[in-house]
Amino acid sequence: MMITVKDLHKSFGKNEVLKGIDLEVEEQEVVCVIGPSGSGKSTFLRCMNLLEEVTSGDVYIEGDNLTDPKVNINEVRSRVGMVFQHFNLFPHMTVLENITIGPKKIKGHSKEKAEEEARPLLDRVGLQDKADVYPESLSGGQKQRVAIARSLAMNPKIMLFDEPTSALDPELVGDVLAVMKDLAQEGMTMVVVTHEMGFAKEVGDRVLFMDEGVVMEEDTPENLFDNPQNPRTQEFLSKVL
Amino acid sequence: MEFLTESHYYRVMPFLFEGLVYTLMITIAGLLIGFVLGAIFGLARLTKNKFIYGIASIYVEVVRGTPILAQILFIYFGLPDLLEWNIDKVTASIIAIALNAGAYIAEIVRGAVYSIDKGQSEAGRSIGLNKSQTMRYIIWPQAFRRMIPPLGNQFIISLKDTSLFSVIAVSELLYMGQQYYGTTFAAFEALTMVCVLYLCITIPTSLYLRKVERRLDV
Repeated sequence: MMITVKDLHKSFGKNEVLKGIDLEVEEQEVVCVIGPSGSGKSTFLRCMNLLEEVTSGDVYIEGDNLTDPKVNINEVRSRVGMVFQHFNLFPHMTVLENITIGPKKIKGHSKEKAEEEARPLLDRVGLQDKADVYPESLSGGQKQRVAIARSLAMNPKIMLFDEPTSALDPELVGDVLAVMKDLAQEGMTMVVVTHEMGFAKEVGDRVLFMDEGVVMEEDTPENLFDNPQNPRTQEFLSKVL
Repeated sequence: MEFLTESHYYRVMPFLFEGLVYTLMITIAGLLIGFVLGAIFGLARLTKNKFIYGIASIYVEVVRGTPILAQILFIYFGLPDLLEWNIDKVTASIIAIALNAGAYIAEIVRGAVYSIDKGQSEAGRSIGLNKSQTMRYIIWPQAFRRMIPPLGNQFIISLKDTSLFSVIAVSELLYMGQQYYGTTFAAFEALTMVCVLYLCITIPTSLYLRKVERRLDV
């Protein structure tokens, strides 16, 4: 199992946002998480690389329990790529430096080796000509593709996507989704929090519908979108589809 | 020409240049140490560790809550009295500027680091950088750019603060001016030139800062 989540609870102060979530993700599986805003889906995703502290329950990444103090969280995170809604590129570094900082500082690669490995990644996200520019001169879609390349530079086994297209102009969404679809087809294990129902339907192996801090329904995209069982799922889908 | 070279405006200058050298030396040495102190205590004020945070807060509040004139007297007369050691005037002045500016720079550092979007450190941590690598490679370089204008401002403030050290008779710019009119009674001329020399440093600095600030805006 690539990811195992057991009875995950998360509270911010007195506000309990995650009320006991279980999940298992197999190698090469693409799991999409949908649900209304405030349902806890982003928090859930952020618990999977411990960007949020877990209140109770366990999260295992390839068998390593993240809540075990003996586990080196930095090492685990280097195996788990994360893509954010607002890209979070490093504005003081060029595109190439954004991508190579991880391999240089964590894997100890030389500048030359890191850059040599970064070029094919830039090709892969269609930005080979942008290596030496700063993020501020890129469009949102280009920024997000650089962010994906930055994560891939660490050769992660798992990629987490936190609403990767929600901050993009509609005409820029397609390029980012295309890169994500390629990744999925190459066999990357992915968990994607998204509002793109088309993407979830086409690329997802499984779709989770979350609301009020729990997984209300979980099924194949065909079943969940075409024949939802839970009334909350039905209500949500009737609004967004 | 003789009229000019005979005038007090001209004759005071060798004294004042000597004073200016001390003023600049105390300011620059004091601020270099002050920046190190400011970086340490500024970052300490950002930790979750209550003990470290407490120590740093006490330092900042004590320094900001007392006048620099009292601080220099404390360092030059107070502490040597208690500890029975000797300290020379220039060293005492440098320490006073370092401790004083350190507290204000701590607040500059804290504010600049705090102003960097949380997503930046999340992105750094999520690729696997540890806390100190994230600070060093991601947060600090961005925060440092934002510190430049307020640090320049602190340079101007500290430079002017050194004039207070005339009370311990350190040969800084104002003190040298006072020495001159003490013997010649040419107070107007001497003090005019003292102010002109301060302005020769502060005005170009502040013009340069305005330029830097504009560049950082875009």
